[in-house]
Amino acid sequence: MAIPIAYYLVLSAILFSIGVGAFLIKRNIITIFMSIELMLNAVNLTFVAFAYQWHRVQGQIFVFFVMVVAAAEAAVGLAIIIAIFRSRSTLNVDQVNLMKL
Amino acid sequence: MNGNPSLHLWLIPLLPFIGFLLNGLLGRFLSKALVSTIALLFTAAPLALVVGIAFRFSSLTLPHFEQLAFPWIETSTFRDDVVFLLDPLTLVMLLIVTGVGFLIHIYSVGYMAHEEGYWRFFAYLNLFMFFMLTLVLAENFLLMFVGWEGVGLASYLLVGFYYLKDSAVDAGKKAFILNRIGDFGFLLAMFLMIAHFGTLSFSHVFFTIAQHPEMQGGFLTAIALLLVLGATGKSAQIPLYVWLPDAMEGPTPVSALIHAATMVTAGVYMIVRSHALFDRSPFALGVVAVIGAATALFAATVGMVQTDIKRVLAYSTISQLGYMFLACGAAAYSAAIFHLVTHAFFKGLLFLAAGAVIHSLGGQQDMRAMGGLRKSVPITFWTMSAGVFAISGIPPFSGFFSKDAILYAAFLSPTAGPIVWFVGLVTVLLTAFYMFRLWYLTFFGEIRTHDAHPHESPWSMLTPLILLAVLAVAGGWIGIPKALGGGDQFAHFLDPVINPAPSYEQTRIAMDEQGVQRAATSSTQQEPRGTDSQERLFSLVSVIMAGIGWFFADLLYRRKPGLADQLVERVQGLYSLLVHKYWIDQIYTALIVTPLLFVTRYLLWGVGDRGLVDGGGSLAAGGVRGVGALVQRVQSGNIRSYAGWLAIGAAALLLITYFGFSMQL
Repeated sequence: MAIPIAYYLVLSAILFSIGVGAFLIKRNIITIFMSIELMLNAVNLTFVAFAYQWHRVQGQIFVFFVMVVAAAEAAVGLAIIIAIFRSRSTLNVDQVNLMKL
Repeated sequence: MNGNPSLHLWLIPLLPFIGFLLNGLLGRFLSKALVSTIALLFTAAPLALVVGIAFRFSSLTLPHFEQLAFPWIETSTFRDDVVFLLDPLTLVMLLIVTGVGFLIHIYSVGYMAHEEGYWRFFAYLNLFMFFMLTLVLAENFLLMFVGWEGVGLASYLLVGFYYLKDSAVDAGKKAFILNRIGDFGFLLAMFLMIAHFGTLSFSHVFFTIAQHPEMQGGFLTAIALLLVLGATGKSAQIPLYVWLPDAMEGPTPVSALIHAATMVTAGVYMIVRSHALFDRSPFALGVVAVIGAATALFAATVGMVQTDIKRVLAYSTISQLGYMFLACGAAAYSAAIFHLVTHAFFKGLLFLAAGAVIHSLGGQQDMRAMGGLRKSVPITFWTMSAGVFAISGIPPFSGFFSKDAILYAAFLSPTAGPIVWFVGLVTVLLTAFYMFRLWYLTFFGEIRTHDAHPHESPWSMLTPLILLAVLAVAGGWIGIPKALGGGDQFAHFLDPVINPAPSYEQTRIAMDEQGVQRAATSSTQQEPRGTDSQERLFSLVSVIMAGIGWFFADLLYRRKPGLADQLVERVQGLYSLLVHKYWIDQIYTALIVTPLLFVTRYLLWGVGDRGLVDGGGSLAAGGVRGVGALVQRVQSGNIRSYAGWLAIGAAALLLITYFGFSMQL
């Protein structure tokens, strides 16, 4: 008894929208970072769902790629965030909108 | 092309142009001797060519045409080529331009020896020669117009030669602008010709006219009158003459070459060249005659009271050009060209001699400061005397014969008539008066400046003077009328142009046009002829008039020097009218220049340029800036607002795709 694909897609859309909303509303860089991860994973879910639906392997391979990129991004991003916090003592994006100090 | 050996007419204008390029581009690096060698060489070469042609002239088939290999202007309906024409009229003009031009070049070597911009002067002078020779060699109105404009340019450059002097620069601009007004007439005339004849070639246009005897007046009058407007500009006739006196700001050789001997006669040449048009329009001829007579008299009266030696000669030139116009108006074209030739000799001579006088006094131009120069500059004195006698119409000097031919023709002509003749006769008296006045004031009595040390000019200046003096004396003998025991050779020489034989104009047509060739019916009316005794009587009358003028000048300026001032006291009003040149410059300023400046300054510049043109620009710029100010709010620099726009855009795209598809389905 398979779950219809629409369910996955709706869940994915909900997750993605939450990610977008959080990205727009939140001011803390870490939270914004998390919402980006959320959007990425929402897309991953779609890939996996379609790969299962159509019995194709490409969707799953894409998911691995996205995960790898996300992992790399997280490593770089967190390093940047730590550097920002050290130099400015805040993580509020509205206060770090300038390149110079 | 028509049986002649190649004459290389194209070389004649080209050589001075090469001289211009050499001196104009490299002159500043060359020594004065080299510059003058180049200039003289490239003026002497065309002279040699022209003389060579003149010697072979009787063996040539005329008219001779020479076409450059490539087409010049070619459209579906109109075509114009660079074609040079050689016929008796052209030959006369070529001889004048190259001959007098070469003499004046020699003179300039001496005259300009100590001037700044020596190379520039000779470059311009050669440029002038190039354009003038193009003008007289041209076989169509357009090529003639190129030369016509070009000599105007050269004249402008040379009048304003002393470019640090405001008055010289202004005079140059005045000459240029007034000539533009005339050129506007010339251009319109050409447009009309294209509209009616479809071509600007002399032979085609005149052939068409000859073939249609029913063409009378109408648009031919319009064309002729527009050409006259052009001629009044170039030849300094009423109403556009005012530039010529001011043009005396240029160096004296320029006044002699451009503003006496050659360029200013271009208008006369043009009218004679297109006489076929004028012959069909008695009204236009009448206008020409009246303009000529009025200008001759008017300028002569002004010339009587001028004190600047060059200005006297300038007004005299205007007056003599008036004679030529008068002759054209009387359809006495050969007389007009005859006077053009003798005038080139004696007026060129007078200007050069005046230049020598000025030179000998170290730049003094005011005749009131001269006097008694007879002994200190004898050669200048004797040569100038030849010019004075020639212009006054004293036989057997050259001016007598040409002026006489004009007056006699004017009296007999239906378009001019006795009134015009009488005006011309009075002008003879005035001419003799002001020329002898100049003669006495300059050379007789006692010198009126004491710090001057007059000295004779160098031989480079005196040689042209002597040669021109010989021509001024003897130049008229080529056209002695039958009544005075001559053969009237000059008129006969020009006959093929002035009274063309039926086949004459066809030669060119046959060159490049197939189709039925009908015999051209020559439409030139036979000039009315009086009897020989009548002609002798007329000569006598004009000599008597000249004698009276001489007598008065002698009385006022030699025998009783105080009398002139008393006379001035007596007729104060008239004198001041003449001294101020009838206030014409002031009238032109008030009637034309000031309103024109007002319109340009306030209407065209204020409203048009600043209001519409600049305003349009400002409006466009302001509009863009306003839109930019509105739209720049989008670029806040806030990353989350960008992301918001991104999300909204993506959502909008999705919705459009979804509903767009559903609507199609």
